[in-house]
Amino acid sequence: MELFTQIIQQLINGLSLGGIYALIALGYTMVYGIVKLINFAHGDILMVGAYLSYFVLTTFGFTPWSLAAAFLLAVVGSVVLGVSIEATCYRPLRNAPRINALITAIGVSIVLENLPRVFPFIGSDYRNLSVPSFFENITFGEVTIIPIKLITLVVTLVLMGLLILIVDYSKSGKAMRAVSYDMGASALMGISVNRTVSFTFALGSALAGAGGVLYILNFPQLDTYMGIMPGLKAFVAAVLGGIGSIPGAMVGGLILGLAETFTTGFISSDLTGAVVFGILILILMFKPSGILGVHRKEKV
Amino acid sequence: MRILRNFALLAVLGGGLFAVLLVLISTGILDDYSLQILCTAGLNIMVALSLNLISGFTGQLALGHAGFLAVGAYSTGILLLAHVPLPLAILGGALITALLGFLIGFPALRLRGDYLAIVTLGVGEIIRVLIINLGDLTGGASGLRNIPGYAHNIMVNNPAAFLWIFPAVFLVVALVANLIQSSQGRALISIREDEVASQAMGVNIFGMKLMSFTVSAFIAGLAGALYAPFIGYLAPGGFDFLRSVFFVIIVVLGGMGSLTGTILAGVGLTFLQEALRTNAKDWSQAVASLFGNSPGGTIDFVPMSQVLFGAILVVLMIFRPEGLLGSKELRLTKLFSRGAK
Repeated sequence: MELFTQIIQQLINGLSLGGIYALIALGYTMVYGIVKLINFAHGDILMVGAYLSYFVLTTFGFTPWSLAAAFLLAVVGSVVLGVSIEATCYRPLRNAPRINALITAIGVSIVLENLPRVFPFIGSDYRNLSVPSFFENITFGEVTIIPIKLITLVVTLVLMGLLILIVDYSKSGKAMRAVSYDMGASALMGISVNRTVSFTFALGSALAGAGGVLYILNFPQLDTYMGIMPGLKAFVAAVLGGIGSIPGAMVGGLILGLAETFTTGFISSDLTGAVVFGILILILMFKPSGILGVHRKEKV
Repeated sequence: MRILRNFALLAVLGGGLFAVLLVLISTGILDDYSLQILCTAGLNIMVALSLNLISGFTGQLALGHAGFLAVGAYSTGILLLAHVPLPLAILGGALITALLGFLIGFPALRLRGDYLAIVTLGVGEIIRVLIINLGDLTGGASGLRNIPGYAHNIMVNNPAAFLWIFPAVFLVVALVANLIQSSQGRALISIREDEVASQAMGVNIFGMKLMSFTVSAFIAGLAGALYAPFIGYLAPGGFDFLRSVFFVIIVVLGGMGSLTGTILAGVGLTFLQEALRTNAKDWSQAVASLFGNSPGGTIDFVPMSQVLFGAILVVLMIFRPEGLLGSKELRLTKLFSRGAK
């Protein structure tokens, strides 16, 4: 019985963490699908979203309105940041070799991680957010559910549903799919490639910003490097699910969240990083296109 | 013949530079601190050269060279603590890293471009996590302490380290320069230019990449091996992703595919990093005294060097992706034949 409750417990924690990874992974996968760029700075956008919401929450306290405001500010701030990074740093390199764009993304990421440390109002110290427990813990027999985990899972599912609606049914979503299929041809069909790429970055950054808020509500400690590990893990999730595939990112995120909480629960929390990258290396060795990805042959 | 002349010139110039530096050290003009930076620059150059071999010449971006550096350093450190003689310990550290590079390269080099970059990044992280978790062997998070130095007397460790590191840098330069001018080197460059075409010409792509990756790991491991007795204390925090990126910055700034570019950028960036590190506190205080202490504290210049390095990468890629020298070399022979005209 002891083992069973522990498994159920880790399952819930894992799904909730996996939901956050899935949100971030969606940004990676959409951007990769459209411009073939691993956006290294994506994890740092999560960090910016987290800080924006942190400032709102510490100034106004935890009320439903301040939570909504924090969420909104994090999303809007992340969108502005993501779109301006794309326009200034990635757009000039769209036709350059992919390695160059990747190196640029690493540079952007380093700047984003370190520039806030220069300024005194953020600085290089850890900051803690004291999150009040909004509701009583829910208990089923021996299983205890922390409400914030449940809220996180619900919010991520709603956001993913919204994303699917946008990508599948809106005009911009249709443009996104067209550009990711063939950039040149869609430009000839009168689709504005620049606007579509900006829209993709906006969507991805919005999800990362939202992920940032959820992340600090679950793990209430901030510093400017906090985006690196969730960013890398979410990237692994995107590759696991099949990079470029939106349902793949969701599945990959959930699997990775489960893998991480089960490693923490049953082996050691120190080894999660090694397990995550081990999964990445295995998947790339045996099925590089991921679980739901499509294998595209290279034309010579 | 040209290679021979190049090599002879390199040896003469290197020997000359070595002799001048030795005189400067023995007369005390070059103090201990400058010597330490010079040794650090030498080690950075070695790792950057090894990265340039796999990324600049073979075209396979690797983001985990801090991991190789760590494996070389820890292996040598552990061997030295087990009372293995210094030359054997250094060779052992480099060979262990080369073996690891071979084992990692075997599966990883099947991947192309950005996937390989991510896998090498992942390997670097795994190495760091393992070092932290293998506490009995590596000292864990608190680090490996009291590694025997080059000299028994700690006061002369830096000059002794210099006697090892400087010739090692020259050997590595000669090794890489000869490798890329050989037929294998041309094969590597052809892989960078066009993998499919090069395969069609009969180049064993996988074998060549694996060779390049293993040699690269060997050199990075050698740098780590020389680092351990030089610094005497190893902590896993020093071998993180940012360290790997620092080597990428050296290679990109100097020019992917240029050995002399890497050497110039390696020296320049090591000194720049050191200058920023030592002066950051003073600048922060200067700003604080200029504007008065604001309640939130003052502007912190310490992270500014990282900001600067990140910005260098972005600006270079947008405006001058080939770096300072591109794939050109500052050739010694050319320099001299021009002088003779």
